[in-house]
Amino acid sequence: MRLKTYDAIIVGGGHNGLVTACYLQKAGLDVLVVEKNDWVGGAAVSRSLTPGFLYSNCSYVCSLFRPEIMRDLELPKHGLQVLPYEGGAVLTRDGDYLANYREHYPHQREIARFSKKDAEAYDRYARDVTRQCRFIQPLLMRTAPDPFSFKPRDIQELLFLARKFGEMSAHDLAQTIRFWTMSISDFLDEYFETDVLKAFLAISGIIGTALGPKSPGTAYVLLHHYMGEVDGSVGAWGFARGGMGAISKALAASFQASGGTIRTGADVQQVLTRQGRACGVVLANGEEIRGKMVVSNADVKRTFLKLVAPSDLPDRFLNRVRNFKMRGSSGKVNIALDSLPDFPALPANSPCTKGDLHFTDSIERMERAYDDWKAERWSADPMIDLMIPTRIDPTMAPPGKHFMSCFTQYCPPKVEGRDWTDQDRDAFAESVISQIAAYSPGFRDRIIHMEVRTPRELEAEVGLTEGNIFQGELTFDQILFNRPVPGYAQYRSPIEGLYICGSSTHPGGGVMGAPGRNAAAEILRDLKLSPKEMSAAHDVL
Amino acid sequence: MTMNASVLKALQTHIDQPIAETPFEPRFDALSRYPDWYVWAGYKAAHSLGDVEAEYTALRNAAGVFDVTPMNKYRITGADAERFLNYLTVRDVRKLAVDRVHYTCWCNDFGHVIDDGTLFRLGADDFRLCCQDKQYDWLTDAAFGFEVAIEEETHHVAGLALQGPTSCRILKNMGFIGVEQLKPFQIARYSLGEGTVTVSRTGFTGDLGYELWVENGLALPLWDQLFEAGALHGIRAVGYQALNQCRIEAAFIVPNADFMTASHVLRPDRARLPDEIGLDWLVDPDKPNFNGKRAILSAQAKGTAKHVLVGLEIEGNVPAEGAIIYHRQKREAGIVTAGIWSPTAKRNIALASLDRPFGTTVTEDLWAEIYALCEGRYHKLMKRVKIVPRPFLKLDRRTTTPPADF
Repeated sequence: MRLKTYDAIIVGGGHNGLVTACYLQKAGLDVLVVEKNDWVGGAAVSRSLTPGFLYSNCSYVCSLFRPEIMRDLELPKHGLQVLPYEGGAVLTRDGDYLANYREHYPHQREIARFSKKDAEAYDRYARDVTRQCRFIQPLLMRTAPDPFSFKPRDIQELLFLARKFGEMSAHDLAQTIRFWTMSISDFLDEYFETDVLKAFLAISGIIGTALGPKSPGTAYVLLHHYMGEVDGSVGAWGFARGGMGAISKALAASFQASGGTIRTGADVQQVLTRQGRACGVVLANGEEIRGKMVVSNADVKRTFLKLVAPSDLPDRFLNRVRNFKMRGSSGKVNIALDSLPDFPALPANSPCTKGDLHFTDSIERMERAYDDWKAERWSADPMIDLMIPTRIDPTMAPPGKHFMSCFTQYCPPKVEGRDWTDQDRDAFAESVISQIAAYSPGFRDRIIHMEVRTPRELEAEVGLTEGNIFQGELTFDQILFNRPVPGYAQYRSPIEGLYICGSSTHPGGGVMGAPGRNAAAEILRDLKLSPKEMSAAHDVL
Repeated sequence: MTMNASVLKALQTHIDQPIAETPFEPRFDALSRYPDWYVWAGYKAAHSLGDVEAEYTALRNAAGVFDVTPMNKYRITGADAERFLNYLTVRDVRKLAVDRVHYTCWCNDFGHVIDDGTLFRLGADDFRLCCQDKQYDWLTDAAFGFEVAIEEETHHVAGLALQGPTSCRILKNMGFIGVEQLKPFQIARYSLGEGTVTVSRTGFTGDLGYELWVENGLALPLWDQLFEAGALHGIRAVGYQALNQCRIEAAFIVPNADFMTASHVLRPDRARLPDEIGLDWLVDPDKPNFNGKRAILSAQAKGTAKHVLVGLEIEGNVPAEGAIIYHRQKREAGIVTAGIWSPTAKRNIALASLDRPFGTTVTEDLWAEIYALCEGRYHKLMKRVKIVPRPFLKLDRRTTTPPADF
């Protein structure tokens, strides 16, 4: 029997892999997605691990996913709906809290409880961060220029960047450079005096990053969490109805509707090359699948250090890949609750629990939590990004019962130099549960089921090297034309016909879909196909 | 729970009442014949009480009462108060006598206007700044190195604007002896029950009028006595729509409507120098250094201001709010920021921001493209506009002292 040759094989059915697959299939290619798990979605999944409950057991909230992609790929038709947060809060050790309200004036009055000055400074802060977002947003859906190339398109893209810089005054330019390089703690100090407010805002600067709030570069990480939107509301976050798997499910349905093929339970062990050109993949069971090209949704380390023979790659390139920072820094505790937890500090009828809850009320505590990570321990007093999506979404748990997602930092990839053990994992979970229980009496009694994921589980189950949720940290040295490797920031690799489309590439992690879309655009360009089904990026007016 | 936390708990009224109410709210609520509210700086405020025309007429024919409580109010006191405010604002505060008010504006380091407002000199070292935007953050930052205390009074001091030809008569009926001798921008104090009403001959209508300031506790007694005193003099509560017509006739500008405040703009090119929004007359180049001075004077010297605020008279009677202004019906020259048919001047008037040289050296052959939505269809009108002096309406009674009696 003659082996079928696909036009493209996508290694890994994460959201970016599926986005690339959709666009290629729509452009007329015959595309196969191979996924090692028995389900697609990578880190954007909804898993039923206990009867009646769905867990967004990896990524858990949505903002960055590009609306252009939702529209091009008809994701709403395939079930995607995003539900905006209605509130949020940090509970403080003195029994109070700082709430986050969506309405401008109540929010201002909430901050004014702590500081009148901060309440007003918040507008200035929001303006400045939004200005930075407006600068970076148009870059998301464009391939980063290669500054070492003299191709007309790269020069044109460099000019685009230069023009964007040129629109700024010298002062704004200086501000931008400062913002990209400073620590989130220093940045917030320029606006605010209230510890708890700074702690609340600093969270976005450290999520998914093996840096503390006082580490330079964390202000940019904050930006990465603000440049999304929910239906035009820039910086807003929401829940995918039915969990984050709803995004992958919609992508898979869209892909299949346009004729694409998905194979689950198919673990790629190797990318096949012939005369320096990718020509297929080999699965764990030895099966070979042929393809005219291979697109890897796996992270850059997994792709080039595990799936490709080193002899096929240039030495310096490999060196850069080995040194790409992809350090695990977080863990995840997913909990099924038989009733809504009570937080006595929060006022009755407050919308605070319909968004993100936290217990880290100062930058100092957050930095201490990071100190534990540096010593290769999980934080004794962790920073938790706690959500109860079922406060808004009725589809993830039986009525009256709730799913709670606890994203937790910091969690090292190795524990004091050794691998994680089950005992470590349980002790990590206990640090999370005991922190929540300190603010929510009777919390432990409400737990029906719990899934605990340390970097060990994230690497083994999802395939993220070291459990890094962004497939590589989002620091200034690892973005734009330096992501993942200078000279290879345009979704191509040193091997002809092998592309990368995951979050290791520009513009990086978070469930954004932009890397997948940009990769598809580059591939279609190489094939001299026009990406008809790809609408222009939305204007930033 | 610590003491601090219990104080914080007491400040949670916004949970049950997300929009604040001024002390006059019960009176407005009782008079409102039609629910037409909006949110002004976090407070519930009336667009109208049901009859904009009657409210406008009261302002120009008798007396209208508008609640100015949501206006942000800051009390600035201390040995350096004058020196600080002279550094903060563009006008010379040394020339502002005690018990006088002046209109002013303040700018950031680039000379871009942060806000405009009225500065009340209540004593040698005692000032009140009234303005549209929140300024506590800016004021406290700017006060570095000055011996001043800055206190926000927005939520403690209630204010009413009493505007119109019979306003002086009404205050006399209140027993405010000598109020007719108050000159424009002058301040006087009168007792009311246990407390004091601060009266300033100021307003936003370009008409005879006063603003009355009291501690919150005196607000309702003030209202009740005022309406009793005005019963035979046509006193009427008014909402913002009527006031807005008057202020356009008077060519007063509104921050974040006729210009965008420097502290809010996302697009840096939207910020404006005083010279670009008709406030150049406030800038005093001879006074000691003030924030933004270098940038403002350098723009004047180099002629780099890009925009200009103008008053327009537009053909026909269709209000031109939001219209694009064209030169020779082709080249875009600016935008109308506020426009109405003026009931008193009987002209179609507008404030517009033009891109220089339009409005400065090029003043002819300007047109407004007006889209009038009528029963589901746009009438697209191209109307000739003429640059005219501001204000559009000049009323002698605004400045005559003592005002005519009624």
